[in-house]
Amino acid sequence: MAKGIRDKVAIIGMGCTKFEERWESTAQDLMVDAFAECLEDAGIDKKEIEACWLGSCMPDLSMGSTALPCASALKLPFLPVTRVENACATGSEAFRGACYAVASGVYDIAMAIGVEKIKDTGYGGLPIAGFGGQLANVIGPNTSAPGMFAQLASGYEAKYKVPMKKLKEAMAHISWKSHQNGFMNPRAHLRRQVTIEQILNSPMIAYPLGLYDCCGVSDGSAAAIVTTPEIAKSIKKNQEIIKVKSLQIAVSSGEESICNEYDGASIWTTGIAAKRAYEEAGIKNPRKEISLFDVHDCFSITEFSTYEDLQISPRGGAVDDVLNGFYDLHGGGVPCQTDGGLKCFGHPIGASGLRMLFEMYNQLLGRWPEERQVKNPEFGLTHNLGGQPINNVVSICILGK
Amino acid sequence: MVGISSFGGYIPRYRLNRMKIYQTMGWINRANIAYARGEKAVANVDEDTLTMAVAAGINCVTGFDGSQLGGVYFASTTFPYQERQNAGIVAGALNMRDDVRSADFAGSLKSGTTALISAMEAVASGGVNNLVVCASDSRLGKMGSPQELIFGDGAAAFLVSDQDVIAEYKGSYSLTYDFVDHFRGKHAKFDRQWEDRWIRDVGYDQFIPQIINGLLDKYNLQLSDFSKVIYPCSYGSERKKLAKKLSLDPLKTQDIMMEQIGDMGTAQPMAMLVKALEDAEPGDRLLIVGYGNGCDAIWFEVTDQIKRLEKRKGITWHLENRAELDEYAKYLSWRHIVPVDIGLRGEEDIWARWSLDWRSRKTILGMVGSKCTECNIPQFPPQRICANPKCNAKDKTEDYVFADKKGRIFSYTGDNLAASMNPPQIYGNIDFDGGGRYMINFTDCDLESISVGMPVSFSFRIVYYDEKRDVTRYFWKAVPEKEV
Repeated sequence: MAKGIRDKVAIIGMGCTKFEERWESTAQDLMVDAFAECLEDAGIDKKEIEACWLGSCMPDLSMGSTALPCASALKLPFLPVTRVENACATGSEAFRGACYAVASGVYDIAMAIGVEKIKDTGYGGLPIAGFGGQLANVIGPNTSAPGMFAQLASGYEAKYKVPMKKLKEAMAHISWKSHQNGFMNPRAHLRRQVTIEQILNSPMIAYPLGLYDCCGVSDGSAAAIVTTPEIAKSIKKNQEIIKVKSLQIAVSSGEESICNEYDGASIWTTGIAAKRAYEEAGIKNPRKEISLFDVHDCFSITEFSTYEDLQISPRGGAVDDVLNGFYDLHGGGVPCQTDGGLKCFGHPIGASGLRMLFEMYNQLLGRWPEERQVKNPEFGLTHNLGGQPINNVVSICILGK
Repeated sequence: MVGISSFGGYIPRYRLNRMKIYQTMGWINRANIAYARGEKAVANVDEDTLTMAVAAGINCVTGFDGSQLGGVYFASTTFPYQERQNAGIVAGALNMRDDVRSADFAGSLKSGTTALISAMEAVASGGVNNLVVCASDSRLGKMGSPQELIFGDGAAAFLVSDQDVIAEYKGSYSLTYDFVDHFRGKHAKFDRQWEDRWIRDVGYDQFIPQIINGLLDKYNLQLSDFSKVIYPCSYGSERKKLAKKLSLDPLKTQDIMMEQIGDMGTAQPMAMLVKALEDAEPGDRLLIVGYGNGCDAIWFEVTDQIKRLEKRKGITWHLENRAELDEYAKYLSWRHIVPVDIGLRGEEDIWARWSLDWRSRKTILGMVGSKCTECNIPQFPPQRICANPKCNAKDKTEDYVFADKKGRIFSYTGDNLAASMNPPQIYGNIDFDGGGRYMINFTDCDLESISVGMPVSFSFRIVYYDEKRDVTRYFWKAVPEKEV
């Protein structure tokens, strides 16, 4: 009987570039930088890596598809390299590939690297993804990412009878908090503090989401090298070992978008993946046991509903938690987006899941300056979401010691 | 007995005050002030001749068994396609059977009445029954032209049948002249016309009496035998002159609705006939004239059956379902008269893949989904494996039409990022009455006036126009319903 991934895989090195509009860099340049940092952190030789998983979602905008650009740019010595894509959860998908490779016993040391260069479109926001396929070009609505996620707000408003004004206040607090955190993070793209008034008065992007309810758009890359806990101990003699406690993914079955039961105020896949992840990690009370987490805050309303779907806020309770500062860095609750999140990092799709893990890994190792270090963390959770509320991929990873 | 057994009309919701056009373009020809009265009906950004014909067609066949429809005759001078039959698209949107007859009638503003006569004769022959005849136009005049002020958009449709006839077809008379008052060559976007005096004095003043008198002679009738005389001619002064010449009682002349809609081209006499039928009583005799490179005249006698026809929106409802188009520039942009920058996002290329459109033709044109025969849950788009997790039956489905269902808004947004010629792009999830959910574009609504739970119906609209390949693609949109 399979028992899951818990404690079978350890991270020995991670790297993450500065996320921003990297006008000067190619996707390959970004991978080289993330890889170099990751390799140095792991303290191993490139030759010791036995297999690699590349996550890239929209490579047609930059280096092209297949695993070749990665293998060639990093000069990986004829390694098995696999390119994976799973919408905006692509970065986590690459990490899953590498972890399962190690957990299966096929390889001792594997790497996951994610990259995206999306600022060569010539326009703002995420490019048109084409996730719906060719038929959707005719029968699908003319959407953008904010417009699809914005509907969570009208759904939540209707279900919990929360006035939109109140919901907007909570959403504004979420963005304010992330900017506070991103301000302190040299790797973040948007590094400035903003006021609640600025957020509430920003131009409307997709009702009710204003500009500051939306995450940034940037280029970037992040990487992780994983191995077994035993090998990790032999390499990292003087360092705590950060282990993978769970890796879960849930993909919509079509039920939310086709049938009438889905409530529109939550994201079902998140709830399902979270339940499986807590079981895998042996977590009984997430609100008490999760030390910090990084969620897929593509939009403030997404982060908002995710608090409830991850069982950290009770159903209908996220407004109070948010406004009470429960998710602020030093609010006495469970800090969320301690690095600034997608809000301040932007969302180079293939890299985002690994960027979240980079934050958890370093927080668990206590490596950050005191001002943004969470005290004595036990479990760090990442939540990486791709698609739209009614039809999506959710990947949840829990790291611990 | 052969005749009209139902009718339908469609006038787009937007109305453009003609003075708005004149205020911007009057400088080029001050005399155009003569045409700057009232308002003109303007197709929305996602409407064209074809979508208006579908709307009128749906309005017409409401309450009738769709499986009994025998075909579509579609008349217009502004078809979206020169090759790819427009009537065939209408038949698809009306979810007709495959074994139906279809034809486009084009090239003249009288092609609507010609299509109607042809349908009457086809049904009378016994070869086909229950033909839907649509006429629709959306003609353009250049900026600053009289035509720009005069033309309006609209459509009308009739069901021609030998059953439940409300207006019996009694006969027709036609004239064909290569008389060129208006014309467009094969590449022309804008109407071109000869001098007004020539059009009035040689055109209308000669041919309208000739066609009417010709019909009266042919059937040995007097004009006083008719309750309503319907004829196009947008010149007010000429209409007065013709009435005098024909000794026509003004009360028996069908109003041309120039100040509410404008000259609807092929649809003009057809929409006037719809309006006349809305007010008709059993025993009324109606005379309708189609005009353009000659004339058609048709006469009908209204039957008792008209009292039994379910009340429909027709022209009257649509006249009242109006919204002011606030900017003349929107009209110019929507009709592609001036180039507009909708941002680079809007320049992403989408190909029409015709093999896909063929494979999914019912889904695209008729909004046909599937209904699971095991658990009875309707699903869109059609699913091979039932989406209901308690069922998940494989290949136990039957076709299920969503286009004619109503629904309610489940969630929505107004999106300013999505490239649109009429931002914000409004869309959301709809829960269909009877089950099923789908995320779809909304149209003919304002963000401020919609809310979760609001009822919607569905309308066949343009999805996008591919300028590079001259392709217009169509699907359905949700229209929030309101009382008018």
